[in-house]
Amino acid sequence: MSKLTLETEGDRFVVVKRRFSAPPEAVYRAHMDPELLKQWCLGPDGWTMPVCINEAKVGGKIRYEWTNGQGGFFLTGEILELDPPHRMVHVERMHMPDATPDNHITTTFAKDGSGTLLTMRMSLPSAEVRKAMLATGMDKGMEISYQRLEKNLGWKAVA
Amino acid sequence: MFRDVQLDRSLDGTLAALADPTRRAMLARLAEGEATVSELGAPFPISQPAISRHIKVLLDAGLIVQRVEGTKRPCRLADGALSELDEYLELLRRALEKNYERLDRLLENEQTANRKDRTS
Repeated sequence: MSKLTLETEGDRFVVVKRRFSAPPEAVYRAHMDPELLKQWCLGPDGWTMPVCINEAKVGGKIRYEWTNGQGGFFLTGEILELDPPHRMVHVERMHMPDATPDNHITTTFAKDGSGTLLTMRMSLPSAEVRKAMLATGMDKGMEISYQRLEKNLGWKAVA
Repeated sequence: MFRDVQLDRSLDGTLAALADPTRRAMLARLAEGEATVSELGAPFPISQPAISRHIKVLLDAGLIVQRVEGTKRPCRLADGALSELDEYLELLRRALEKNYERLDRLLENEQTANRKDRTS
């Protein structure tokens, strides 16, 4: 069963929630430490993050570079607010290679029994940006089309 | 204005329909072509009423259509069922699910290492 929920809030925002069995301190650290981020923040299988800069302070710079061996893209951003291990607010943009509009993201790490409830609220990109992202995604082998529905929608069932 | 409200409602329905792994697997099966209700339910250890409920959610969300053929009710994917917005959200969901599964394993390994440190 998938533990992740993803809901739209009006036509401007997306809210993602996910529970972890580890405490907020550990989940927060995994979002801050570049050596840990490199191990999990990779998206679909087949991608690695050779460069990860994440300055864990207000005003700190963020730069993630991903590659799948044939090509890649990167993300830059800045940390706007930090309240360890409860909350982080940052802004980010993808470079594909043109920069997408700034996406403001608020991430909270709430104690949930012995674990953590992570909530991430982010802007929903405009239709134009979504199309560009999907097009890039397809180029990079993150195929999403009717022909690939089986793979895309069915992966959870066969995993 | 009216159009926006309608769009939101249909998006909520689509997201709710896609949130369930059984329904995602049913859509995956339908991507290969038309299937009867019993064919759709065959891979799952769930009751016939449960299968019918899943199919109703997919029908209500406009993701699939059903026709009548004698006593059978074959289903197929609706044309243009998934909008570019649904595709984007599904792409986001898959990327995050993969990320968080890796993070689960990473955190589990850390906890195991911590326990070993304490006991040694």
